[in-house]
Amino acid sequence: MDTRFQPGDTVRVRVDSPPHHFRTPVYIQGKVGRVAAIHGEFRNPETLAYGGDGLPRQPLYLVHFAQSDVWGQYDAATRDTLFIDIYEPWLEPVEH
Amino acid sequence: MPQVHDRGGWPGAGPINQAGHDLSMWEQRTDALLVLLSSPTKQLIRVDELRRAIESLPPDAYEKLSYYERWISAIETLLVEKGVLTKEEIDRKADEGKVTSNE
Amino acid sequence: MHDHEHDHAHEAAHAPIVERDALTYYERRVQAIQALLIEKGVVTADEVRRTIEAMDARSPAMGAKIVARVWVDPDFRARLLADTKAAVAEMGVDTGSLIKIAAVENTESLHNVVVCTLCSCYPRALLGLPPDWYKSLNYRSRVVKDPRGVLEEFGLDLDSDVEVRVYDSTADMRYLVIPARPAGTEGMSEEQLAELVTRDSMIGVTKARKPNR
Repeated sequence: MDTRFQPGDTVRVRVDSPPHHFRTPVYIQGKVGRVAAIHGEFRNPETLAYGGDGLPRQPLYLVHFAQSDVWGQYDAATRDTLFIDIYEPWLEPVEH
Repeated sequence: MPQVHDRGGWPGAGPINQAGHDLSMWEQRTDALLVLLSSPTKQLIRVDELRRAIESLPPDAYEKLSYYERWISAIETLLVEKGVLTKEEIDRKADEGKVTSNE
Repeated sequence: MHDHEHDHAHEAAHAPIVERDALTYYERRVQAIQALLIEKGVVTADEVRRTIEAMDARSPAMGAKIVARVWVDPDFRARLLADTKAAVAEMGVDTGSLIKIAAVENTESLHNVVVCTLCSCYPRALLGLPPDWYKSLNYRSRVVKDPRGVLEEFGLDLDSDVEVRVYDSTADMRYLVIPARPAGTEGMSEEQLAELVTRDSMIGVTKARKPNR
């Protein structure tokens, strides 16, 4: 499987609101996290939702975030995290 | 502004009602219909299509309807969209005194 | 879209009330759609009945058996964490209907809790149907943003040095929480242990039950 990102990579979730069904919640858009795992390749829900075949399949990543990076008011003293599944087209690399 | 189904962090959410309820027959049937219609042998409705149809409900309907009311609304939308049933025949059947509700 | 309020008002004006008038708009839609699908041969009444029976047969007891096995069998635990679907198949779960699933383990320093903020994705094959609160707008809204506040509502007060990890299952993965084995359960049988594993502990809003002593 050819994937753009690897576990450990820092990524930003794209900010977008396309006029069709998509599975990337607004609250996580624009946030910076790290790839925790690659789940594999899955049919794309954005076309499956309209009777399409969902091809080409899209790599699906488990991405984790510090809660204090997701929510402005989250208690930064905790180590709390948020893990979420994001399809590859919704991720962009973060330059160091 | 998120769409109505995109609830993560939605402002103003209150306490969580932890009381449950036993599903009534119509709720079980709604669930079963979706399971059947999306089964590998029938493949008439995809779960992704169900989600899309639910998300396309008017926002006030999405908030007001119960879980399985959203489901049956979406199932109806999709069956009509795919030409399996027409709205007119569903209307007519729903208005009939005797629907074949029991097997 | 549907003129729900009007419908009720209309019905109320037409006494006497017969049984079908007691049905809501949506109940009648379900009946009509099912009847039409049967007439057209898309589904059979028998299929609907058997699907409901299969749904009833799935319950959190299956998940509880899996968790108890994890607690007593380190090799099974390793297999489950490496390939959850294959390991649950060993336990007699019909994995044909299962899409991908991952087990996430709670420890003394890590507490996992699962939500689907966009709809209500849930590991039905292992736990049966989700509880009402899991599908509620309030749970979906709040648990990602204030998990500690939500867990407190469920009676779980976690130390600040415990990492609370929220899983938002937005895609095709389903998550099963493996609660930590309670203290004081040494020597209990696998069956006795399974009785301590509640549905809510496998979603992650509570811990497993403490044993009665």
